[in-house]
Amino acid sequence: MDLSTAYPTLLADLPAVVSMMVVGLMGLVLIVIDAFRNDHPAIPWLGAAALAVSAGWEATQLGAPAGTVLFETLRTGGFVAYINLIVLLAGLATTLVSIPYLNQLRHDHGEVYALILYATVGMLMLAASNNMVSIFLGLETMSVCLYILTGLVREDEGAVESALKYFLLGAFSTGFFLYGIALMYGATGTMVLPEMATAELATASAQLLFWGGFALFLVGFFFKVSAAPFHMWTPDVYQGAPTPLTGYMSTATKAAAFAALILVLVHAVPGGEWQLVLAAVAVLTMGVGNVMALAQRNVKRLLAYSSVAHAGYVLVGLAAGTQAGYAGALFYLLVYSVMNIGAFGVMALLEWDGKEGREQSLASLAGIADRRPVLGTTMGVFMFSLIGFPPLGGFAGKYFVFAPAVEAGLTWLVVIGVLMSALSAYYYLRVVYVFWMQSAEDVAATTPGPEAAFPPATRMAVGTLVVCAVALVVLGVFFGGVMETTTGFFEAAAMAAAP
Amino acid sequence: MDVALNWYLALSAVLFTIGTLGVLFRRNAIVVLMSVELMLNAVNLTLVAFSQSMGDPSGQMLVFFTIAVAAAEAAVGLAIVIAIFRSKVTVDITEINLFKH
Repeated sequence: MDLSTAYPTLLADLPAVVSMMVVGLMGLVLIVIDAFRNDHPAIPWLGAAALAVSAGWEATQLGAPAGTVLFETLRTGGFVAYINLIVLLAGLATTLVSIPYLNQLRHDHGEVYALILYATVGMLMLAASNNMVSIFLGLETMSVCLYILTGLVREDEGAVESALKYFLLGAFSTGFFLYGIALMYGATGTMVLPEMATAELATASAQLLFWGGFALFLVGFFFKVSAAPFHMWTPDVYQGAPTPLTGYMSTATKAAAFAALILVLVHAVPGGEWQLVLAAVAVLTMGVGNVMALAQRNVKRLLAYSSVAHAGYVLVGLAAGTQAGYAGALFYLLVYSVMNIGAFGVMALLEWDGKEGREQSLASLAGIADRRPVLGTTMGVFMFSLIGFPPLGGFAGKYFVFAPAVEAGLTWLVVIGVLMSALSAYYYLRVVYVFWMQSAEDVAATTPGPEAAFPPATRMAVGTLVVCAVALVVLGVFFGGVMETTTGFFEAAAMAAAP
Repeated sequence: MDVALNWYLALSAVLFTIGTLGVLFRRNAIVVLMSVELMLNAVNLTLVAFSQSMGDPSGQMLVFFTIAVAAAEAAVGLAIVIAIFRSKVTVDITEINLFKH
């Protein structure tokens, strides 16, 4: 390659990755400030500002046509902007809720916010990948930051244990993921996703290499989105990680990883041979998540299993393999991110045990809604939306992933999905019941959470949760605009792919 | 050329399997970490072999990134192991079992 033209091309492509640069450079700035004063009060706000500015920029890019930049390593356009918007807003909400929470834990170190920004950069890259190299790099940038964030409270043995489990299993799955990439590369001779689809697999051994590699690749992805049977780490890690960061892990990570999976399915393996595999994994994921959640007494562990179940619902949309299915999955990722960030945010502000809530039973929060009506109400909205109750976003989301699956002939899958969501009402409503209908006197042998131990409910943190709750109502009623946008991405992509 | 490629692939498959078995059956967290590194390096061998036989540089490009990522992972992993050793005075992963189902 002639390098004299390479540099001008690179420079011309830089505006396409502006949010990645803003967030990444701000992360470096935060580390420098952190070196001078570890708990400087400006650090979280600078991080939040970078995320907000980038989110504003991405919002203007929602209508942009699809294209590739930086020598076909990254994609641009509406699809990327949409996922980036979810990731950036999730990061912003997490930062705002983390401030009082980490203050209370006395872990308000600057590097926490820098690590949130670096993880966000990884997710932005992952969701924009057009190349196996950038998928790998984005996934690992994100994961390594999350391993550290999980073990943030390193004096607490539970947090460190969570970090160790997450790290060992994450690195293990990375090995499979990478081996899958290597085999697919060997079969097709290219790392670029659309070129993989057009590469000729002449011999039987090349086909074996490709599909074997694709299976290993899927294992890596299923691990990251905590789909069964690769979900084992999820409850332990979510229970031991700092609560607002758990919300971040369970939403932004999944949004970015599912986006990359959609890009691979659409561009690299468009045949649809994988439909039954995804459907089987979806059934298993929905079943394991919902059934295991029934017996949980710790709300964070309950939400962990619930997030496993929700990964299953998204997989139903992917299994449909149609434009409508992918568009529905994108909509679901948005709704899911809003409600899960909210639910973990409420739990963060109601945490009193000083151990990331891992030893705090649901019963200890009996009647909390009388004392914290705003948190109780928002938690009610999140729980009803997670069930999929009609006027809220969760209902519209489930409809848009289930309907395309019926059209694609996967009625049995949708029947299982609907039954599973009915089952989920039991454990979500129990949270609402304990928050609102019980009082501390009803629950014998449980100490209620001491008022002084709750993190201070700052206006910013509570305001973020209220915005999330309002957004769910809005998404549940005015879903048309968002669905039109997400459907548009795939129509445009199909037109670009046509000769 | 083809024969040579197969030998490389077989070697890396064997190394990958050894690494996988190490992760599954060893109890010392440090040894598990080493086994993961072995898995990643086995993949690097596959990538370089494919890349060389096809005359395409992108596989070797990924190897550079893999090496960097493996180094970052090792740093984070050892830090976590040290943190857990401080509180538990063991790195045996069967004794690290705080969470109940």
